[in-house]
Amino acid sequence: MSVRKLKQAVIALFSSVLVMTSSHAWAAEISSLNLRKGVTEVSRNAYDLHMIVLWICVVIGVVVFGAMIYSMFAHRKSKGAVAASFHESHKVEVLWTVIPFIILIALAIPATKNLLLIEDASNPDMTIKVTSYQWKWQYEYMDGDAEGVKFFSSLDKASNDARAMNSGIDVTKVAHYLNNVDNELVIPTGKKVRFLITSNDVIHSWWVPDFGFKKDAIPGYINEAWTLVEDAGTYRGKCAELCGKDHGFMPIVVVAKEEGDYKKWAAAKKAEADAAAAAASSDKTWSKAELMAKGAAVYGTSCAACHQANGEGTGPFPPLKGSALATGPAAGHIDIVVNGSKTNPLMAAYGAQLNDLDLAAVITYERNSWGNDAGIVQPKDVKAAR
Amino acid sequence: MSTAHAEHEHHGAPSGLLRWVFTTNHKDIGTLYLWFAFAMLLVGGSFAMVIRLELLQPGMQWVDPNFFNSMTTMHGLIMVFGAIMPAFVGLANWLVPMMIGAPDMALPRMNNWSFWILPFAGTMLLSTMFMEGGGPNFGWTFYAPLSTTYAPASTDFFIFAVHMLGFSSIMGSINIIATIMNMRAPGMTLMKMPLFVWTWLITAFLLIAVMPVLAGAVTMMLTDRNFGTSFFDAAGGGDPVLFQHVFWFFGHPEVYIMILPAFGIVSQIIPTFARKRLFGYSSMVYATASIAFLSFIVWAHHMFTVGMPVAGELFFLYATVLIAVPTGVKVFNWVATMWQGSMTFELPMKWALAFVILFTIGGFSGLMLGIAPVDFQYHDTYFVVAHFHYVLVTGALFSIIAAVYYWLPKWTGHMYSESLGNWHFWTSIVFVNITFFPQHFLGLAGMPRRIPDYNAAFADFNFMSSIGAFGFGLAQLLFLALVIKCIKGGEKATDQVWEGAEGLEWEIPSPAPYHTFAEAPEVK
Repeated sequence: MSVRKLKQAVIALFSSVLVMTSSHAWAAEISSLNLRKGVTEVSRNAYDLHMIVLWICVVIGVVVFGAMIYSMFAHRKSKGAVAASFHESHKVEVLWTVIPFIILIALAIPATKNLLLIEDASNPDMTIKVTSYQWKWQYEYMDGDAEGVKFFSSLDKASNDARAMNSGIDVTKVAHYLNNVDNELVIPTGKKVRFLITSNDVIHSWWVPDFGFKKDAIPGYINEAWTLVEDAGTYRGKCAELCGKDHGFMPIVVVAKEEGDYKKWAAAKKAEADAAAAAASSDKTWSKAELMAKGAAVYGTSCAACHQANGEGTGPFPPLKGSALATGPAAGHIDIVVNGSKTNPLMAAYGAQLNDLDLAAVITYERNSWGNDAGIVQPKDVKAAR
Repeated sequence: MSTAHAEHEHHGAPSGLLRWVFTTNHKDIGTLYLWFAFAMLLVGGSFAMVIRLELLQPGMQWVDPNFFNSMTTMHGLIMVFGAIMPAFVGLANWLVPMMIGAPDMALPRMNNWSFWILPFAGTMLLSTMFMEGGGPNFGWTFYAPLSTTYAPASTDFFIFAVHMLGFSSIMGSINIIATIMNMRAPGMTLMKMPLFVWTWLITAFLLIAVMPVLAGAVTMMLTDRNFGTSFFDAAGGGDPVLFQHVFWFFGHPEVYIMILPAFGIVSQIIPTFARKRLFGYSSMVYATASIAFLSFIVWAHHMFTVGMPVAGELFFLYATVLIAVPTGVKVFNWVATMWQGSMTFELPMKWALAFVILFTIGGFSGLMLGIAPVDFQYHDTYFVVAHFHYVLVTGALFSIIAAVYYWLPKWTGHMYSESLGNWHFWTSIVFVNITFFPQHFLGLAGMPRRIPDYNAAFADFNFMSSIGAFGFGLAQLLFLALVIKCIKGGEKATDQVWEGAEGLEWEIPSPAPYHTFAEAPEVK
């Protein structure tokens, strides 16, 4: 009786899985049932090894569960089975110790080969430094055409708006929901790119499944990893290590471009960076409207995750709306944003992350939003305070 | 005077609430542990329901991300330290003395204290959720510096709770070792002990070895947080990776602490219902000891992605997959025990067989995770979540449930309700697989663990998993009803209870008298 029921349950389970998977058109960026092959030698090796181990497990499972289920049918008391008296056999004990051991050695050989390949980051064509922050990534090109280019990459605005509690936005309609960023990392195809991965605060983990590895970003450590992508395309990944409140909201997007396109991108990005630097360091006095507009954008990417878009804060993160700090003397406000909080480590020092213009803009924004009215701050005020 | 003395020697259970506060009786304390574990199962389970509710659909609907992290953290901590471990200690309390023919545990007063620390530690842990800044939100693995520099103020209470849980476990283990080593009935040699006793003996040594390591880890956290040390703070010359090494040096043996007694339980149940002696008794003992030894040299397979030297990664890869050998031996021995037996499928047997199949599935995914170059893909995804829920829910928890069904008639003197039990079993078995099997697919498709929201591409399997979880959670209320019903009454159980049951605990009356083996039985 019970076996029939078990069989029915198993059939029901598997058929429900099949129905669910076959009746659904899956988004192309996510494979539905199995590990993806990915786009690098490392990821393809991982896939192949995954399939080998999976099949070994399936075969062993079929043999062991097969014997067990046969026994459950054939050797039951209700069928008049009488228990045999054997209870040990050195021969079979040795056999089922040695056979798994041999299988494991057979597995260890390709596993070792792959591991040595993954961990060999020597002789790269170029190097990118990846620094994690709660909850965004910073990429810095250490050499090559884009040398000196450095930018943050955080969750894109569409996803960020939609993921607010009961936002009313249908997240199934948001393109690449939670898988998109404002600034993608761009790498050239056909080049061995080395990543130097570290963290500014807690431990994060940099993972693009199509590249076939993840590597932790750890404060005080610089971890090495590498990839070589053959085909141009957009590859999406995520932070894989729990890193606090917004761990689920710090995706990674890597765009691999052909050499020529990559060079063009690098030149444009450098020009853009130069212009931004020039603007930030000029002594120009900015209008309130200009600062507010810029400040709103910076607030959205750097501050809203904790202090919230409405400035009211949440949990351990204090409100800015009507706060003594954001409505009091500008010096104190500038100090905590530039240097971080001396008492609360959750408030990072943004002086290292943002330029004077962005800092002035965001401080101005905080002092003049949600009913605050505490005057504007110019880049030169920030510069003087550094 | 002499009658008073005699009464003192042979008194029954005292009445009233204070009986439970002051009791030094191994059966009472076992009962306390088991009820505490069940209560914690419901608490930890309700946290899981919150998690699955938020994950039912994409988008943020119910809880904010910080609270979600608190839920995953508390779910893990409560289930590991509040439900699974105390349940096994409860079973050891009830069964070890009865199985070896001892009148009680060797250290009955300490036994009382080992238990009574637990409700206070558990309450302190749970109270953190009502503190300013929220409860622990860094995962049950509490990696530094998220759990030190960046953690909420309540973390200090969490640390103290872990210390207390550790005291309780260590005292419990000392008691179990002292009992098994000193109080066996004449003729009960080590190699004649029931396998449940063997697995607990080995587990108790594991506990004594690693609980102090956990205490060390949280003490270093405490001084980092409050006394200016920098054990885990890179800015002060410390090392965040050191935390992970220390934690997993505790953590990996810990997962075997939660599964070795399960092996023991299943090794008691299968021979009973196959009416055939356990196949390869001595190889079972040696396999348990091998697994315990290996558990000390595989910890860093939880940390393949931290950037270890490749030689270290290779060592931990090889050592890890090696565990498959003794674990395989156990599974093969169980099948060989069933082979050519004369089987019946009462509820304990049903749960034990479900354990063998589903735990083995968890073992398979464990083997896959051990292969470092592929672990770089699986690590920290739902594949891992699926893996450890197969070994801890359908493994550890199922074995505990099997044990309760198996020994409940001995404890209460009544048979349980067969129909209620069947409902419990079949709903559990269906829903638990609906919950956890799709999580393999989610992980392979790239869904990280510990996230409160996800892309719509993951929606179907998450929906399925959530429905399964709600069903599985509700099904456990049937278990509660069954146990209460069985305590209150039911068909009278015989002394042997099960036709094929062998061992000292089946030779005493059902229900087991308040004091057993005042005079040691003779074991042939």
